[in-house]
Amino acid sequence: MNPIAYSRPASIPEAIGAIGEPTDASSATRACADAKFIAGGTNLTDLMKLHIMRPAQLVDINRLDLARIEASEDGGIALGALARNADTAYHPLVRTRYPLLSSAILAGASPQIRNMATDGGNLMQRTRCYYFYDRATPCNKREPGSGCSAIGGLTRQHAILGASAQCIATHPSDMCVALAALDATVHVHSKRGARCIAFGDFHRLPGDRADLDNTLAQDELITRITLPDADRFAAHCVYLKLRDRLSYAFALVSVAAALDVDEEGRIREARLALGSVAHKPWRRPDAEKVLVGAPPDADSFGRAADVLLEGAKGQGANDFKIPLAHRAIVRALKVAYAGTVTNLRHHRSLPDPGAGE
Amino acid sequence: MNPSSSAVSAPLCYPVSLRINGQQYRLEIQAWVSLLDLLRDRLDLTGSKKGCDHGQCGACTVLIGGRRVNSCLTLAVMQDGMDITTVEGLAAGQALHPLQQAFIDRDAFQCGYCTPGQLCSAVGLINEGEARTRDEVRELMSGNICRCGAYPQITSAVLDILPNAETADPTRDAPVVVGTVPA
Repeated sequence: MNPIAYSRPASIPEAIGAIGEPTDASSATRACADAKFIAGGTNLTDLMKLHIMRPAQLVDINRLDLARIEASEDGGIALGALARNADTAYHPLVRTRYPLLSSAILAGASPQIRNMATDGGNLMQRTRCYYFYDRATPCNKREPGSGCSAIGGLTRQHAILGASAQCIATHPSDMCVALAALDATVHVHSKRGARCIAFGDFHRLPGDRADLDNTLAQDELITRITLPDADRFAAHCVYLKLRDRLSYAFALVSVAAALDVDEEGRIREARLALGSVAHKPWRRPDAEKVLVGAPPDADSFGRAADVLLEGAKGQGANDFKIPLAHRAIVRALKVAYAGTVTNLRHHRSLPDPGAGE
Repeated sequence: MNPSSSAVSAPLCYPVSLRINGQQYRLEIQAWVSLLDLLRDRLDLTGSKKGCDHGQCGACTVLIGGRRVNSCLTLAVMQDGMDITTVEGLAAGQALHPLQQAFIDRDAFQCGYCTPGQLCSAVGLINEGEARTRDEVRELMSGNICRCGAYPQITSAVLDILPNAETADPTRDAPVVVGTVPA
């Protein structure tokens, strides 16, 4: 690891002061940005060991008062940026009112990493593209202008949607797929004041700036993530994650599906987002509209999948992800509609003596 | 947080106070030293293993404030003031921790390299209280890799000392249902 200076501010103003002036208005993910916030550190520490990110200074925000998870007055919830992923997934409010978020978090990483990683940090994690990690190969995300080694290379985990000629990396988060489906808002602070970023605008497609993962400025601090009321989806949601091993692996394809089903069994509203298929969680409102009022069968679910996957393009070794994603969407919607799997425990019909929920 | 040198290019050291296995340490360390490197290289606590150094194997797992974490993925300076337990701190003198005894009784290791991490991880799992069934133990121990493949015995050892192990739970020893825990 390169030599680094370290500071540990005790308040948000101190933290914003310590991060310094923005070196480049859009350099949040630049490898050599002068200073970076560190929270859980599970991704940044690793990238620093590999010399992929080389901040000169770390601003440790772990002692800031930003770890609370609270119900908000409008029926939603506020997740402090420093709430740990595990504490979020197991929080009674999240478990009962946002089971989709809970199961998405628990599908990701390992228990140790979920204990360390924060909710704000989860948004900031970098791609796991093999070539981004391999400094011996060109990578536009790591070294802008050097080229993309993934195109024409090993692409099993790469994008089928929204890729560019510069970059075909995917965003690796599970949590963010659920946050996209649940219409989250990201709240950030900087010397210029506070602002809110709609979740769909937080991450970005690579375009010709593959080095930029998101729209956060280098000197902006995520303070909390808010979610609107989603009780109508709680009984019919599922996070389906397909991967090369049963646990502790990044997704090949994941689906966050949530349905609002009325007393007659009709779909009133639908949410559908895909993970590990693009540079950001992939969501299209027109795919969700297909489901409203439609018969809850494989044909309707398949039509929604057609819309969501419109324009999908394989890279060769990942062509299989297009039919895989289609089938995963149909399966996730079937399971969500049936409402029988929580993903947090076994099937609801099995004995569950200790759940207390 | 006053570093002992002001030049950014010089090897800055920061004062860090840690309680490790009940013993208090006051140290001056550079910011880029991982907790794992501090334990192994500077404090001679070599029970925690450096398997991958990237958070993928779990051999470095320790408990911070009773919570299991990968000591390779955190900087020691970030843990200032924390209470840390490593595998060396699990036994009470000559008396093994019940989980250590369960690992022996169940033959839950071959080469033993992953065992310190497995033990600390399982203690963390028990503290968390989220696992009740064999399937859930398997899922919630998935951050610890065992190249020898002692997983069935490790799972049995953990189940042996889970609280309320004697209460009837029809799913505890039921066959593993693939995909039922976060699928």
